[in-house]
Amino acid sequence: MEIFIRRCAAVGVALAVLLAVHISAQQAHGGGKLVRLATTTSTDNSGLIDHLAPQFERDTGYSLQVIAVGTGKALQLGKRGDVDVILVHAPTSEARFVADGHGVHRHVVMENDFIVVGPRDDPAKLGGAKSAADAFARLVKGKSRAVKFVSRGDDSGTHKKEMTLWRDAGVEPAWSGRFEVGQGMGKSLQIAEELQAYLLIDRGTWIFLRDQTTLEVVFQGDPSLGNPYGVIAVSPKRAPVNFGGAKAFIDWLTSKRGQRAIGDYTVAGTRLFTPMAGH
Amino acid sequence: MDLFEATAQALVLLAVFDPALWEIIGISFRVSLTAICIAIPPALLAAFLLAHLEFPGRRVLISLFNTLLSLPAVVIGLTVYLMLSRQGPLGDWQLLFTRSAMVIAQIMLAFPILVSMSHAAFQAADQRAWETARTLGIPSPQAFVMVVGEVRFGLLAAVLAGFGRIIAEVGASMMVGGNILHFTRNIPTAIALETSMGNFAQGIALGIVLLIIAFALNLSLQYFQGRGKLSL
Repeated sequence: MEIFIRRCAAVGVALAVLLAVHISAQQAHGGGKLVRLATTTSTDNSGLIDHLAPQFERDTGYSLQVIAVGTGKALQLGKRGDVDVILVHAPTSEARFVADGHGVHRHVVMENDFIVVGPRDDPAKLGGAKSAADAFARLVKGKSRAVKFVSRGDDSGTHKKEMTLWRDAGVEPAWSGRFEVGQGMGKSLQIAEELQAYLLIDRGTWIFLRDQTTLEVVFQGDPSLGNPYGVIAVSPKRAPVNFGGAKAFIDWLTSKRGQRAIGDYTVAGTRLFTPMAGH
Repeated sequence: MDLFEATAQALVLLAVFDPALWEIIGISFRVSLTAICIAIPPALLAAFLLAHLEFPGRRVLISLFNTLLSLPAVVIGLTVYLMLSRQGPLGDWQLLFTRSAMVIAQIMLAFPILVSMSHAAFQAADQRAWETARTLGIPSPQAFVMVVGEVRFGLLAAVLAGFGRIIAEVGASMMVGGNILHFTRNIPTAIALETSMGNFAQGIALGIVLLIIAFALNLSLQYFQGRGKLSL
């Protein structure tokens, strides 16, 4: 039995070596030319990243790996040093991220805006709202079950924005028609469609996905619905990140070429994001 | 889009060997086959020892493995994530968001199933096979191989169940793989993504692939069990 166990140990060691080889083969693949970007579902689901990545890779020789998560999770990945650079849309959280020493070289690179979409018959009469605060107050006003609202509920940039808007409207978003679904932007739109509910959505994802829904834009254009996107390099002081690669991505994105690439991206003839580096 | 239309589009994508689709399929199988191959030997050994060795805490250990069967994949994903994150104990390996990380998570997912089901197979076998072989002076390794051969159908079922769990698993792969295109996007994470973007045809196509390949796998195993005779 003892010899048996010893041989089994040998087999175990052999397997460990196999795994190690598998691992090292993979690492050789990446090296210093690999840049990891954590970004939001809105930039990825809208097709923008697929449009930018090949151009960035061609111009700089880096290869870009994209992890699409909510803004909260993206910042978390950055804090832990699991990605090299992040592209998100939550200015307050971004500023805190930099102030806490997790990131450097923050730039606002582009923006679009948020809109409120909802069922065609518009039961809460958002069409007549004079401001974003008014619109959000109207949603809560009757605390009616007939007025449904789908909230991302996932600490994403859109969710943070929604919470700010409730606060600015001076209302408590607590009624039986508000559903926190904890899903990405695209999935939330599908749920809103099925429930015939209102939804706060970024214009980029909306233009990209609007053909799949019967919902309509019911409120837009208020200055408080601006949605700036910031890019931040994860600080090399906290974790062994690919800082050179992150810097290259930021430099490219804020360069004329990068800015033009953002402005060039259209879906069905409509530009999704407005470049705004240097503003 | 209705279900019929989506399914028809899916079959077209499969038939024309849509490269994006087949790349994802390749990644799925590469990861899951590696994981199951690495997990099988230690799992079989553990199951064998649990079935044949009397030691204190044996029953607790068996219960533990059976309990691990009901562990959600995301919890395993979270555990592996925290281990491999650069702030984690194994952060220096820089494995997070690689296929290796997915392999590790899938090994952990498959291991309890393999142990639990193989243990049941060994337990069901005649305990005297091992004892007789040993009494006849056959060395332990050969005797082990003999017993494994004796219960091969049960073990095969265990391997199939284990593989079935990891090839279709989405939570852990998403968390430790990151669903990165060309690198760690496998069938389940791609289905989740396509569904979230409303590309139901792509999602269904991948679902069909999963079914077809699982069916082919089961069929070939039937074939081997029938020792060359394909009885339908």
